[in-house]
Amino acid sequence: MKPKHLSLLILTLLVVAAPFFFPSGFYYRIGALIFINAIAVTGLVILIGYAGQISLGHAGFAGIGAYACALAPEHLGLPPVAAILLGAALSAALAWLVGRPILRLHGYYLGVATLGLGILISMVLSNEAQWTGGPDGIAVPDLGLRGLLRDLGWRVGAGELWYGLAGLVMILGAWLALNLFDSPTGRALRALHGSEVAARTMGIDVARHKLHAFVVSAVYASVSGSLLALMNRLITPDVAGFMHSVQMVTMAVLGGVGSVLGAIFGATILTALPQLLTVFHQYEHMVLGLVMILVMIFLPDGLLPSLMKRLRGRDGE
Amino acid sequence: MADLLQFLMSGLTVGAVYALLALGFTIIFNASGVVNFAQGEFVMLGGMGTAFAIAAGLPVPLAALLAILGTAAVGVALNRLAIAPARGAPVVSLIIITIGAAIFLQGAAGLIFDKQIHRYPGFSGEAPLRLAGATLLPQSLWVMAGAALTFAALWLFFTRTLTGKAVLATANNPLAASLVGINTKAIMALSFGLSAAIGAVAGVLVTPITMTAYNTGVALALSGFAAAMLGGLGNPLGALAGGLLLGVLEAMTAGYVSSEYKDAVSFILIILVLALMPQGLLGRKSTDRV
Repeated sequence: MKPKHLSLLILTLLVVAAPFFFPSGFYYRIGALIFINAIAVTGLVILIGYAGQISLGHAGFAGIGAYACALAPEHLGLPPVAAILLGAALSAALAWLVGRPILRLHGYYLGVATLGLGILISMVLSNEAQWTGGPDGIAVPDLGLRGLLRDLGWRVGAGELWYGLAGLVMILGAWLALNLFDSPTGRALRALHGSEVAARTMGIDVARHKLHAFVVSAVYASVSGSLLALMNRLITPDVAGFMHSVQMVTMAVLGGVGSVLGAIFGATILTALPQLLTVFHQYEHMVLGLVMILVMIFLPDGLLPSLMKRLRGRDGE
Repeated sequence: MADLLQFLMSGLTVGAVYALLALGFTIIFNASGVVNFAQGEFVMLGGMGTAFAIAAGLPVPLAALLAILGTAAVGVALNRLAIAPARGAPVVSLIIITIGAAIFLQGAAGLIFDKQIHRYPGFSGEAPLRLAGATLLPQSLWVMAGAALTFAALWLFFTRTLTGKAVLATANNPLAASLVGINTKAIMALSFGLSAAIGAVAGVLVTPITMTAYNTGVALALSGFAAAMLGGLGNPLGALAGGLLLGVLEAMTAGYVSSEYKDAVSFILIILVLALMPQGLLGRKSTDRV
């Protein structure tokens, strides 16, 4: 079996098997939240892990996806499913427009430019209160899927439904990202990650490929934001904020940004950790900060790849 | 005209704080190649430390001194415990480490101090001065003079003392610096301590005007970062120019365009500057660190 298929199999098994260990219905919600974060993080694997370009502003695209689902049904009369697509299209268009000039930058400069982009989006969302409801947020219409299933005679709870739906979208997203890895585009991205000069001499259009990775990852973030909005039925500008961008990048890098499974593992840990830490609520920030620092120092490849290395006994030390 | 002067005054006050933040960024960036996202926490620690020391009954100068020294110690510890062990890590890892440090310090401050908003009276009273139709808090003069003095002192330090020149040598080429007998590890610790102390000075000076709380650091870091980028990362004069320019532009935007979007100025400017002249206004031609 190819590693790609093995990854997908593991992922699917985990999604299906996990509910058997849930002590209460509340865990379906946490699971759905993990999957929704994992979708955005999978996009970052393509951008950071494959192409080696950093973004500290991807929450901005999640914000666009989320607010598209809040606003388009009301003002344009679109059904929520179409609003997800509209949000994705808007995010892709913005990423394409902005990506051109800023993807010429490297390292910290790219980080700051994307950071600025994300903050501008979140600023618009909290300041244009007549449209977006301002910092207090805005209600989001129902997806309507539960009603549809009930009409078909299938009653499912909201938690279970979102667990299944988000899990499905996450697996789909992981499948696309894994397919991309070995495709010509994926190889080109990994080549320019290694050395842009070398990639260019091989005839790879570096600017175009970087732009593609940026646009694709923006769509992932946008879909993740849309699902978050539709699940919570309420969305605030925090979804587009700096801290959410940082959270996404941290999830990806913590788990292992080079691999889809690793990044999803990171999303799982960082989404579940605050839920477990509610007991130590006042230490939450300190623990989170400490985890970020320690993992980066001692497991620079991320948790999952470092763990795998140790399991396979190739550690060398 | 009075409006313009008013906006200019408040812009220069905020700009002086940004300039100090940007200077702190610059010193750490030059010494270690790290952009320190925890820089804003130093400002917060300076302000909170002073507020609590004053509340405990210490005289203001002693309280400020204690807060600055304590923050400098935090800076040294940050380098020793988080930055130095990750030497040579990719940019993404370093960004996450310093953001992690910022979150940690924020949580620690919320726990050790508290989660309330704090301020203390201005050093020369609270009665506003009148100047050609504009009003000015005496504390604003303290901020501007403090920033000017800090920049002047650092300029003397870097150009007139052997230690200062050792810092510059380490920034230029750590290997060559260590070959001529400079203890680059000590220089690194010194740079972090110095940078933290400068941040704390900004916090001590500006808290009577802006107030402070445990969670004010991140926003400050982003503005200071924008100022440093604007002037050209790695250039102390650029930090000064970028900070003042950013402060004034924000104040003008708040005054003439929209106060809600004053913070947008820095980021629009950043994206434009980076897209058009990636090295900043005063940056060197080639800053490619390979």
